[in-house]
Amino acid sequence: MEKPFAITLDVGTSLANKTGSWRTERARYVHRLPPCNHACPAGENVQAWLYEAEEGGDGYERAWRKLTADNPFPAIMGRVCYHPCESACNRGELDESVGIHSVERFLGDLAIEEGWSFEPPAETSGKRVLVIGAGPTGLSAGYHLRRLGHDVTIRDSGEKPGGMMRYGIPRYRLPREVLDAEVARVLELGVELEAGVAVGNAEEAMREGGFDAAFLAVGAHIGRRAYVPAGEAARIVDAVALLRSMEGEERPMLGRRVAIYGGGNTAMDAARTAKRLGATDAVVVYRRTRERMSAHDFEVTEAVEEGVKLKWLSTVKHADEGKLVIEKMELDESGFPQPTGELEELEADSLVLALGQEADLSLLEGVSEIEVSDGVVQVADNMMTGHDGIFAGGDMVPDERTVTVGVGHGKKAARNIDGWLRGREYRPAPKHEIATFDKLNTWYYAEAPRVIQPQLEAARRSKTFDEVVSGLDESNAEYEARRCLSCGNCFSCDNCYGVCPDNAVLKLGEPGELYEIDLDFCKGCGICVAECPCGAIEMVPEEI
Amino acid sequence: MREGSRDPETPKSGEQRVKLYQTGTHVVGNRLLPPEQRTVQARMDRSNTLTSGHRACQGCGEALGARYALDAAMRAADGNLVAANATGCLEVFSTPFPESSWQLPWIHSLFGNAPAVASGMAAGLKALGRSDTRVVGQGGDGGTVDIGFACLSGMFERNDDVLFICYDNEAYMNTGVQRSGATPPAARTATTKPLGEHAGNVFGKGKNAPLIAMAHEIPYVATATVAELRDLESKVERATRMRGARYIHVFVPCPLGWGAASRDTIRIARLVKESGLFPVFEAVDGEVTSVSKIRRAVPVVEYLKLQRRYAHLFGENPREDVIEAIQAIADRNIRRFDLLATAEEGADLPGEATDAADLPKSQPGIAGRTEQESNLMRLLAETHRGSQ
Repeated sequence: MEKPFAITLDVGTSLANKTGSWRTERARYVHRLPPCNHACPAGENVQAWLYEAEEGGDGYERAWRKLTADNPFPAIMGRVCYHPCESACNRGELDESVGIHSVERFLGDLAIEEGWSFEPPAETSGKRVLVIGAGPTGLSAGYHLRRLGHDVTIRDSGEKPGGMMRYGIPRYRLPREVLDAEVARVLELGVELEAGVAVGNAEEAMREGGFDAAFLAVGAHIGRRAYVPAGEAARIVDAVALLRSMEGEERPMLGRRVAIYGGGNTAMDAARTAKRLGATDAVVVYRRTRERMSAHDFEVTEAVEEGVKLKWLSTVKHADEGKLVIEKMELDESGFPQPTGELEELEADSLVLALGQEADLSLLEGVSEIEVSDGVVQVADNMMTGHDGIFAGGDMVPDERTVTVGVGHGKKAARNIDGWLRGREYRPAPKHEIATFDKLNTWYYAEAPRVIQPQLEAARRSKTFDEVVSGLDESNAEYEARRCLSCGNCFSCDNCYGVCPDNAVLKLGEPGELYEIDLDFCKGCGICVAECPCGAIEMVPEEI
Repeated sequence: MREGSRDPETPKSGEQRVKLYQTGTHVVGNRLLPPEQRTVQARMDRSNTLTSGHRACQGCGEALGARYALDAAMRAADGNLVAANATGCLEVFSTPFPESSWQLPWIHSLFGNAPAVASGMAAGLKALGRSDTRVVGQGGDGGTVDIGFACLSGMFERNDDVLFICYDNEAYMNTGVQRSGATPPAARTATTKPLGEHAGNVFGKGKNAPLIAMAHEIPYVATATVAELRDLESKVERATRMRGARYIHVFVPCPLGWGAASRDTIRIARLVKESGLFPVFEAVDGEVTSVSKIRRAVPVVEYLKLQRRYAHLFGENPREDVIEAIQAIADRNIRRFDLLATAEEGADLPGEATDAADLPKSQPGIAGRTEQESNLMRLLAETHRGSQ
């Protein structure tokens, strides 16, 4: 080609110059495990469902489907879970943790309102599983087993399903319409429920019914009795029985002045229930201090607001008609309470014992290879007891006793039972590295304070069983979801695409396949990694 | 914030108020925003005026700044844009004959005459009746603040229809990091060694090109950094749509010349603004009309310690006196440009909504609640926090 004067070369673009060859390190997209997901006892993929909820509109249903892949009870969970996810939330170090439970509850309530239902299993296995106990653990196991294609029968001695969610958690924390709606949705999936049927012996029930496997989740319903010397006329009830009787026709008679012995969440529930039943005084007697109470802080706060009184460092020495003898305690160096010998009287018409619960394991009597220690059934990593084909979870096995832990047990057991039934061991996917706060570049997140859920006024609370805490509405649920930092997982902010001085980040523009490093031109400067808000890119050495 | 006088139809810097949490408008893009509200850099069809394969060092702030600025100018000019480039790093790394990284009509000029070449281009286009073609002149701080300064001042004085953009990396990087008129006090360069009592560059009277440009009373002057993309883009777009002489001074870190990690380019640009050392503002007709407030204030040390050109201030015998003198410069900027946000203003980037009015409506308002109740809410919230 004829060239102009003094020109000897064709014009070219610098794209011919593959500057990627300069590189000694390369950027790589990664997924890290968000702390909320890591902390969730039910194994929810919190970050992923918040991501969907951030879009609002249609995103809410996608969020609900993603959420219920792990936990079928978002409306319940958003009310009763103690949300360890929020304690772990990285946003807590920035301003305040994301109100995960409030968004979860919003999604759960919306699903009930909209009548969303679960996808039935694509194919059935023909295997039959007996689940004993229709509490959170049993229902969760039933749900997951059904979605995995198995036929499930749940047996429970209670009149209605729900276990401790119905017979232990007061209505003002969990309205029964919510519980009924979420349980009904699980049953609609084809899970068989036999309510009001007590199982005498687990092994026999399994054999007689021709089940291929059994999952035991009978919970811990027996209130622990401590020996309290008492006069003949002293009225002593246990908290579990009190809370259970709230579901019956007749309201229990506690009198005007009620003392509750114990420092856990059940003690708070019992005290708040006593208040609502008309007690003028509800006094929680506990042998240690508030800091050492096992009850969650917000439950104590709510109880105090409703007029519940707390008596620290005290034990009940003697119970009589209309009064208790209390002994003052003091903490020794190891933090253990020691008696002081100092006595005082407390007027009380009744004493409610909330000293912990035990599991009724009579259905395992005579079943071989079952190991029980400390009153709970020992299970292997796969949730199976020593007896082949009998699995167990929830409050009857050693772990923290909460609804969410139960739901998590149910899921884990279902996956292991599925593996066992199909003759291939269930192996959970390896977990990613945790997306800790130092992996984030928090400059990019906007200041956004947490939405506070409105609460019922204290005056009304102490008289009615109406729900205390209200939910979010659509606009603030979306706002709260958008406070999520998306720790460790790309949320399409385009920062990497924008900040690369070499245009070496390609934006693919397809959902789920967002960006790609163009290794022809990536010089390995690391700006995309440093400026990624959520820590979803890392630098790795080039192999030379 | 006063409204600019000459272009009532174009948005003023930061007019785009986006009520969106998670990242608001700090990040480049955002899947939750409608496409027209995203930055130019977030678009798959951005011009990439400076394309891949250029030979800038790893993490080059100037390469990034040039693409940010010219892509925005291209959008504002509907692609009808020509550029004149002063000799310097930006030219050498982008256009080693016969290759070029530029994807717009672009002309090479000498080190000292880019503003004059750009003026000539604007005059020629006017003579041809093609004033719809917009002209950009660009160069580094050496070509702008020192060598090309007479031409630049002439261009300003004649109010030629040129947008001149200076990418300031505070020294002559192309020839080996020699001191320029824009080199800050105490910085080490090849010609200001970190030796003796007055190590590094002298504490001079300074040569603040944006303020000198303002003294020409030209229609538009702005400063920006590569750390605030939305701010930079809105300034370039606004300037591109205006007529007459316009000047934008962009702070672009140089990892090689400053002895900084290549990954820290944007971080350093962020810190220079947050510390107050580099005020980010815009001025119309010689008057400052808006400033970017400091969002998370930091002492200058945070900025200095990332750069080896200031290493002689630290180490075994730290020069606290020198650091204090640099802090005094930042403090003066903060005072002079009013860089600290008041409580009402909030401290955020332009384009970011922070007022309480922007919170969702159902955020439990204090109105309609008794004081006692709202105290209770606060107590509850605090108790709740405390338990986590």
